[in-house]
Amino acid sequence: MVAARITVNGKETPISPAAPHTTVLDFLRERGLTGTKEGCAEGECGACSVMVARPGVNRPTDWVAVNACLVPVAALDGQEVITSEGLATGGSSGGPTALHPVQEEMAVRGGSQCGYCTPGFICSMAAEYYRPDRCAHADPGDGTDPEHGPNGFDLHALSGNLCRCTGYRPIRDAAFAVGTPTEDDALAQRREQSPPEPVATEYTREDSTFLRPGTLAEALRLLRERPGAVVVAGSTDWGVEVNIRARREKCVVAVDRLPELRALRVESDHIEIGAAQTLTEIERRLDGRVPLLAELFPQFASRLIRNSATLGGNLGTGSPIGDSPPVLLALEASVVLADADGEREVPLSDYFTGYRQSVRRPGELIRSVRIPLPLSPVTAFHKIAKRRFDDISSVAVAFALDIEDGTVRRARIGLGGVAATPVRALAAEAALEGRPWTAETVAAATRVLQSQGTPMDDHRASARYRSAMLGQSLLKLYAQTTEAVSA
Amino acid sequence: MSRLSDRPEKPVVGVSMPHESATLHVTGTALYTDDLVHRTKDVLHAHPVQVMKAHGRITALRTGPAYAVPGVVRVLTGADVPGVNDAGMKHDEPLFPDEVMFHGHAVAWVLGETLEAARLGAAAVEVDLDEKPSLITLREAIEADSFHGARPVMLTGDVDAGFGDSAHVFTGEFQFSDQEHFYLETHAALAHVDENGQMFVQSSTQHPSETQEIVAHVLGLHSHEVTVQCLRMGGGFGGKEMQPHGFAAVAALGARLTGRPVRVRLNRTQDLTMSGKRHGFHASWRIGFDDEGRIQALDATLTADGGWSLDLSEPVVARALCHIDNTYWIPHARIAGRVARTNKVSNTAFRGFGGPQGMLVIEDILGRCAPLLGLDPSELRERNFYRQGQSTPYGQPVLHPERISTVWRQVHDDAGIDGRRREIEAFNAVHPHTKRAIAITGIKFGISFNLTAFNQAGALVLVYKDGSVLINHGGTEMGQGLHTKMLQVAATTLGIPLHKVRLAPTRTDKVPNTSATAASAGADLNGAAVKNACEQIRERLLRVAGTQLGANASDVRIVEGVARVLGSEKELAWNDLVRTAYFQRVQLSAAGFYRTEGLHWDAKVFQGSPFKYFSYGAAAADVEVDGFTGAYRIRRVDIVHDVGDSLSPMIDIGQVEGGFVQGAGWLTLEDLRWDTGDGPNRGRLLTQAASTYKLPSFSEMPEEFNVRLLENATEEGAVYGSKAVGEPPLMLAFSVREALRQAAAEFGPGGVSVELASPATPEAVYWAIEAARRGGAHHDGQAPGGSVTPVGASTLSHA
Repeated sequence: MVAARITVNGKETPISPAAPHTTVLDFLRERGLTGTKEGCAEGECGACSVMVARPGVNRPTDWVAVNACLVPVAALDGQEVITSEGLATGGSSGGPTALHPVQEEMAVRGGSQCGYCTPGFICSMAAEYYRPDRCAHADPGDGTDPEHGPNGFDLHALSGNLCRCTGYRPIRDAAFAVGTPTEDDALAQRREQSPPEPVATEYTREDSTFLRPGTLAEALRLLRERPGAVVVAGSTDWGVEVNIRARREKCVVAVDRLPELRALRVESDHIEIGAAQTLTEIERRLDGRVPLLAELFPQFASRLIRNSATLGGNLGTGSPIGDSPPVLLALEASVVLADADGEREVPLSDYFTGYRQSVRRPGELIRSVRIPLPLSPVTAFHKIAKRRFDDISSVAVAFALDIEDGTVRRARIGLGGVAATPVRALAAEAALEGRPWTAETVAAATRVLQSQGTPMDDHRASARYRSAMLGQSLLKLYAQTTEAVSA
Repeated sequence: MSRLSDRPEKPVVGVSMPHESATLHVTGTALYTDDLVHRTKDVLHAHPVQVMKAHGRITALRTGPAYAVPGVVRVLTGADVPGVNDAGMKHDEPLFPDEVMFHGHAVAWVLGETLEAARLGAAAVEVDLDEKPSLITLREAIEADSFHGARPVMLTGDVDAGFGDSAHVFTGEFQFSDQEHFYLETHAALAHVDENGQMFVQSSTQHPSETQEIVAHVLGLHSHEVTVQCLRMGGGFGGKEMQPHGFAAVAALGARLTGRPVRVRLNRTQDLTMSGKRHGFHASWRIGFDDEGRIQALDATLTADGGWSLDLSEPVVARALCHIDNTYWIPHARIAGRVARTNKVSNTAFRGFGGPQGMLVIEDILGRCAPLLGLDPSELRERNFYRQGQSTPYGQPVLHPERISTVWRQVHDDAGIDGRRREIEAFNAVHPHTKRAIAITGIKFGISFNLTAFNQAGALVLVYKDGSVLINHGGTEMGQGLHTKMLQVAATTLGIPLHKVRLAPTRTDKVPNTSATAASAGADLNGAAVKNACEQIRERLLRVAGTQLGANASDVRIVEGVARVLGSEKELAWNDLVRTAYFQRVQLSAAGFYRTEGLHWDAKVFQGSPFKYFSYGAAAADVEVDGFTGAYRIRRVDIVHDVGDSLSPMIDIGQVEGGFVQGAGWLTLEDLRWDTGDGPNRGRLLTQAASTYKLPSFSEMPEEFNVRLLENATEEGAVYGSKAVGEPPLMLAFSVREALRQAAAEFGPGGVSVELASPATPEAVYWAIEAARRGGAHHDGQAPGGSVTPVGASTLSHA
């Protein structure tokens, strides 16, 4: 096996002697690339954002921004990374001579004040600059779409970057002013070449090991041999455990590049989503095919997180406040679990067994998620949180309803944040099914819905508010459907 | 010499330009304190030993187990302190305490070869604690009569007579939350011992001179043996005015004891749990209005949550009292202030420094009372504006009171308020589940440190033989653009292009005895000192030029790097002039100095003229509220703000916008929660990470954001006619809170006083909507904001 190495700003660098838990952020800083900053060490502020080359959605390779504070550097064995230092060209030692177009716009428009968050903004902004399907569209000019620039820039690309100084206006102006890459832009050209190959990695220092098996079979064998190993994909949860709770494990197994976990297929009676597809990839590949998921994605953490986080990871950690379970419950999704002996399919409603517990056995991996077709036509996802971008929900409610001739034929409601696990609101579903879609039915079902679960008081919200919001979400859905009809 | 406010021909001040470090920022090459660690050899890493209890006396501290951890080099405890074991200026802040005063208090520090080793070593240190009862909330402290420091009372007029003349009297209470600075760069220091035992400390500090003093007294050194440098900060906002000293002292002590460089850098959770925040306040008040809604009398008691030590709590309360009037004339007032002592972090300076808290009280009162007086809130506000000849309750005449109305009118017109109010009315009439509202609020903010002695500054300007200029001044750069402005001031005064001037990092061995870069006064004070130093050099150079050009020095002007005589073709380029001066043995460096004239303050009677001038501004905020959830959007904000004649318009607009959004964060989103229960984690900060403490992100920025600087606004008393800008705009965000209050009221029958908790989170707005729907009746049981920390208002009664 070749010694683990990573290409940073075009220069190949050995990963050794970093520890297996060392993050990309610490690795870069220890090598003098101190432009990448630590602001929170949990993927919330984006000061550590860097660009990595990934298999592309529409082209061979995409530049994707990720939180360097969450990813172990060993997970980038054989991969390519660009930092803010690497975007400027010209002088390598005597200071940069030519700013990248994104850097130029940020500099001249007052996009930096203290400058500490700036390199991270630059990388997130550069990744959006290179997004192949970003295209200029006619600005309606009426302020109807404050989240997209006339250059096609999606402001959600910066949803995982915090700035405490500017109030964001000049950063938005810079983002909406960047043009398109020129023909001779090396990073733009890089998109036309194949992405870095997944590399099988076995990186050991002292008594701990980072392993990246090359195939699913090998991964499953490994997990059978080492049932205590921690499985990671995008590391967006594991990185927090390492940084904030100082967890150190003897063995970490990465599964995010296994080809068997990377499929996304639309069949006649279901959609199959590989567990290691990132949320960004799912969002772009499905492209609105599942409206409820399309509603979920912009509210799921930040673009930086969605670029790494996987559906498998979100279900694997099993948090009661994960944002995907309520939606997948409403969609009646199931989970395909694989181990060395074979596979089984478990309805998601049977998957969770307790706080961060599930039916998944030691040695078992989530291979994919299946969403049955056809989809219910009336859907909505209501996430209640303090902040609109990148917050953790107090409660989350997903609806999928079949309403025919004014009658609710079928109702599926997924809830997050009201119990130790994500749950279906079965009683509220029963209060709707077979009844006319009227204010009376909705009022009755609202009373049922807001008494479901056992929400608690915490720093995010009071139990009372959480309960109220369950009911309000149904009232809001009803208002939206009836307004849509009358409009 | 010219007057302080006069601008010469073709000044560099007033030109819009980006931050002087913008290129370094965007390329990741700007250096911050902790970036130096990777350029320094043999650095030891420090990790605190935090005790996770709110209060208790330490009965044993065993460091032995830490030394068993591989890589641990040294454990620092109180026994190691050669000088004074105190991290503050009030002698109530032991660096290594015997008594744990708040949850997370650091009682010892472990130095390791790696941060990992130091962390494991810190976890191995054993601390025995004799636990004691704790006070966590303001209410608990008030009930226990737990206060510290001064108890000022501000008196004006005859309060009883004022209430006697009042047609309407209301009483109420209001408690509002603290705020975390959340500078993106956490506290950091790197210390090493120079030759001969001298200490050199790199620190992320707004107050290098005080960091120097405290490092010196902890180490038992004189100030001339300690040098503190601050390259730049990744944000300060007041959080690095007092708080960095102890961390710098720990690094210095470690370096002294081990002979190796020592790095202290707090991770986010350590920073959140160990450093002070904006003071939360409780206010109880009684206010009287006449029939027209004019304030007659105000009687109020403001209680600040000071935390465990005094830190800057006394001046914070003083500034709160001095700002409770905001833009309104209060003829009769009695305002008492006090600092509650609680078992929490020691609260400290934060952009506005008590001013926002004082002003929030009066704005909340007016917002609540307007419906009861039958007046539109903006009408009520306008009726009470200061007029010419009126004075503040602490006795300072209000200069330029007409600017309050001017900025208000301009915002009103810029924002097209009248037309938009009609649009909003029409919108609300057909949208039962969504309501919009627009609110205007204004601000008046006093500039200068309340303590007169702090209003001085120094600078050191060096001109080299090749014509290049290096300036040093006592101010620190935290993103506010101070260095950019100082470069512009120097270039303007010397009459040379900007590229000839460079600025050196702030160091205590260049300019001594500096004041904190705080109170928005950084540019006023240091700018005047830089100008003074440059003027000394310029005067000398003009004499040289006069001789060379055959004219009187008084007829020579240096403009854009060329010395010319009025009415003559002859000229002398700057570089030649400097070289000539050198060979004539003319001094090419100067120390500049400035002190603000005309200030006086008697803290005992709480009267005087503590401020050089007032800054004014007004904002109109337009919000949309979802009646189902209480969630909201800020649709549009218009601001007109008075910065005098701007030294650097892009920088100033950046300060206005950034301050506004930070203020909106405090008032709507940022929600510090503490464990106030009686369980084992009592006193623990529940929101101790970026995942639980949410700052404004892109989603909170106003969708349309128009900021304009007041024109023709020369301030006679400040450098090149400018005004301070750092703090005042934060308070423009009151407009958002008042708009949310009005939008919540739109869901009800009207004429109802709406109480709104602060921060006005979606949940708080939801409860306000629910109360408005019930016609203002209080909802049963819980206070707005939930049961974890009861916040927000209690009773408002028509007495």
